[in-house]
Amino acid sequence: MRGIAGAAGYIPRGRLDLTGVAAVAGTGGGKGVRSVASYDEDTTTMAVEAARLALRSTAANGPDAVWLSTVTPAYVDKTNAAAVHAALRLDDDVIALDLGGAARSASGALGIALRGSGTTLVVAADIRTGLPGSGDEAAGGDGAAALLVGDTDVVAEYLGGASTTEEFLDRWRTPGDVRSKVWEERFGETKYLTLGDAAWRAALKAAEIEADAVDRVIVTGLHTRAARGLAGRLGRPVVEDAGVGNTGAAHPALLLTAALENATPGEVIGLVVLADGADVFLFRITDAITAFRPPRPVAAQVAAGAAVPYGKFLSWRGVLPIEPPRRPEPARVSASAAGRSEDWKFAFVGRRDPTSGDPQLPPRPSGGDDVPMADITGTIVTFTVDRLAYSPSPPIVFAVVDFDGGGRLPVELTDVAPEDVAIGGRVEMTFRRLSTADGIHNYFWKAKPLAV
Amino acid sequence: MPSNGIRDRVAIVGMGCTKFGEHWDLGADDLMVAAAAEAFESAGIDKSAVDAFWLGTAQTGMSGITLARPLELEGKPVTRVENYCASGSEALRQAAYAVASGAYDVAMAVGVEKVKDSGYQGLNANNPPNDGTGRTLTAAAMFSMVAPAYGRKYGVSDEDMRAAMAHIASKNHFNGARNPRAQFRGEVSTETICSAPPVAGTLGVFDCAGVADGAAAAVVVRAEDAARYVDNPLYIKALSFVAGNGSGLSDPAYDYTTFPEVVQAATDAYAQAGITDPRTELAMAEVHDCFTPTELVLMEDLGFSERGAAWKEVLAGAFDLAGDLPVNPDGGLKSFGHPVGASGLRMLYEPWLQLRGAAPEDRRIGNDRRLALTQNLGGYPGEMVAFVSIVGTA
Repeated sequence: MRGIAGAAGYIPRGRLDLTGVAAVAGTGGGKGVRSVASYDEDTTTMAVEAARLALRSTAANGPDAVWLSTVTPAYVDKTNAAAVHAALRLDDDVIALDLGGAARSASGALGIALRGSGTTLVVAADIRTGLPGSGDEAAGGDGAAALLVGDTDVVAEYLGGASTTEEFLDRWRTPGDVRSKVWEERFGETKYLTLGDAAWRAALKAAEIEADAVDRVIVTGLHTRAARGLAGRLGRPVVEDAGVGNTGAAHPALLLTAALENATPGEVIGLVVLADGADVFLFRITDAITAFRPPRPVAAQVAAGAAVPYGKFLSWRGVLPIEPPRRPEPARVSASAAGRSEDWKFAFVGRRDPTSGDPQLPPRPSGGDDVPMADITGTIVTFTVDRLAYSPSPPIVFAVVDFDGGGRLPVELTDVAPEDVAIGGRVEMTFRRLSTADGIHNYFWKAKPLAV
Repeated sequence: MPSNGIRDRVAIVGMGCTKFGEHWDLGADDLMVAAAAEAFESAGIDKSAVDAFWLGTAQTGMSGITLARPLELEGKPVTRVENYCASGSEALRQAAYAVASGAYDVAMAVGVEKVKDSGYQGLNANNPPNDGTGRTLTAAAMFSMVAPAYGRKYGVSDEDMRAAMAHIASKNHFNGARNPRAQFRGEVSTETICSAPPVAGTLGVFDCAGVADGAAAAVVVRAEDAARYVDNPLYIKALSFVAGNGSGLSDPAYDYTTFPEVVQAATDAYAQAGITDPRTELAMAEVHDCFTPTELVLMEDLGFSERGAAWKEVLAGAFDLAGDLPVNPDGGLKSFGHPVGASGLRMLYEPWLQLRGAAPEDRRIGNDRRLALTQNLGGYPGEMVAFVSIVGTA
């Protein structure tokens, strides 16, 4: 049986209240909120967080391949999935690939994995940008999702699927642009309704089931009106949207994950993705779903969150440059130094002190066995707020953290307001981008308040 | 820590110290030349009489040529040393040991830092290429963690901690107001200190040492030769230095209320000098008041106060200019600012004046004890280099 063995979404903490947009931009915004990747997050770091959660959600073995799809890659020319691979501490013989560029790459990657062999971690992440006041700004959201596709511990059996493709201009972005442009909405809607309907019927045929056998259907795509229209035509109960905006490349897997988190054995779920054509996937939920333990359900992440002022949102996305602290900017990371400390820098692996047995953070030359610390929680011993040091978004909140079971690290905190930090506070580690210099992203770990 | 020390084998026979400040019109060369010239003059020698030189600087220049070029030295051994903020003390230590070993008759230690050419406020470290996982906090933030840790451990209220820290800053500015070489010459009230804008943690602007350019220098000779140069030399009683291994940062037992490297260096220095009760034997102390909680903790690490008692003694004025053990009578880093490589030798300049009766009357210490301590550190709580010296007139 082939299908999905593990799944998780990652929704960053920030929320932009869309009702505040028009007051600044003069237009745009709307009701509700969108999720906002923090200044120290990018598609790679969010992919790492989703992938960590997905691997924790299942008893299945780790992947022999990891694929990352995004419209907003941290790098081009260089593989972003390699950083995900490093953060997950996967073996050298596990291939890491970017299948990126278009939003469709993410559902395409899922299709290839489902029709392939072995165990593949399919990760998608997106930061949805747009000019102030734009529809994309208001409709978008930032986030990531990861699906572990394999042959064991399957919670959602892949019954079959189909795709249709057509070349037409719905939305487009020239490489380097911070925003996409869209053609008249009605044109794309007409195209997608036809393409989606054809793929849906082909998928039912491939899966050898009738439409009535599908209990719930997810219809998603960046063309909201087309997705809504097709959902109406399919005549099946529709999975509601997550409520943090459309996370683009990540959205199909995010919604599928949310559906799995409240699925029951025997249920048939359809996933329809509209992007330059249509991709349809049909799954039957297995009895293993009762053992599926999402460590951080999508719904809980949606319900969490903290408001980000519109000005801060714009500055984080580079739309509104803010005066930086008058301190020297960080130097670029040394590639060779980073390479030597890959386990520490990317996977947060310390070493055991040969005498005391405690974790050494960072590892010292005397260190013994490796100690993976990324999933170890800790307690704040003391902390400070640095209003002078350079940060892409000052001030720096910094704490001395004692880890459960031993080991201490003075480390930067993130996803926290200075006034909410307290001695004794519980924290977990998160993979972040500390800064960027000479185009080199400096990835390392920070601590953040432990989600309850 | 086994060390034999060089008690009474080396004497300081000349010193110089520039005014510290924002010397927009003076470069590092000008500052080194000025400090060295004053030191030569006070020892009654010229540069040709000095056999070897050590230059302490953190970032102002590399190699001995940094000093040899402005002093126009000919064929002299000149060594640049760096040991964080203790670089100036390190230069003295090397020069003193060189003389004590018999390798040279006359040696000079110079410390300098030209900080104000960077275009940034504060001190900025140029780190070697690295993997990007190191801390990027300011020193203020690292030391700010001392204040709440100390308060919690000893049950000192936030208000009392604030008052003790403010007293330290106010005391040092009071002393600096009486020192023409200091950068800041005004007294600062505790009210002003307490209402200053925040920098890091509970530290405000006035809890932090300023930044300045400056240079200082000392000439050392064998003790038995000292009388050839001056009537009243300062004898080196102890020089101690400890480089921590950084384990405090990762040691859950470390509680940010003490600097173990300083304790080790002080213990060694007192043993070298034969001091058993520093509080009553020392005439004065110059300590590394980079931040107000640093000086507070140093009072205990140096054995001036019992653990947990320094805040009360600070508030009672024990370390004021008129107190029973004046600390930073010259104004300290608070009043001088901190030209990294110069500070260690600047600290030594105050005993040079005070113990020899050359300090101006309005900041003259009120006891006739004949030993003084200088304490200089670099790095952060948990990861520190620490220097302690004892000098005396007899």
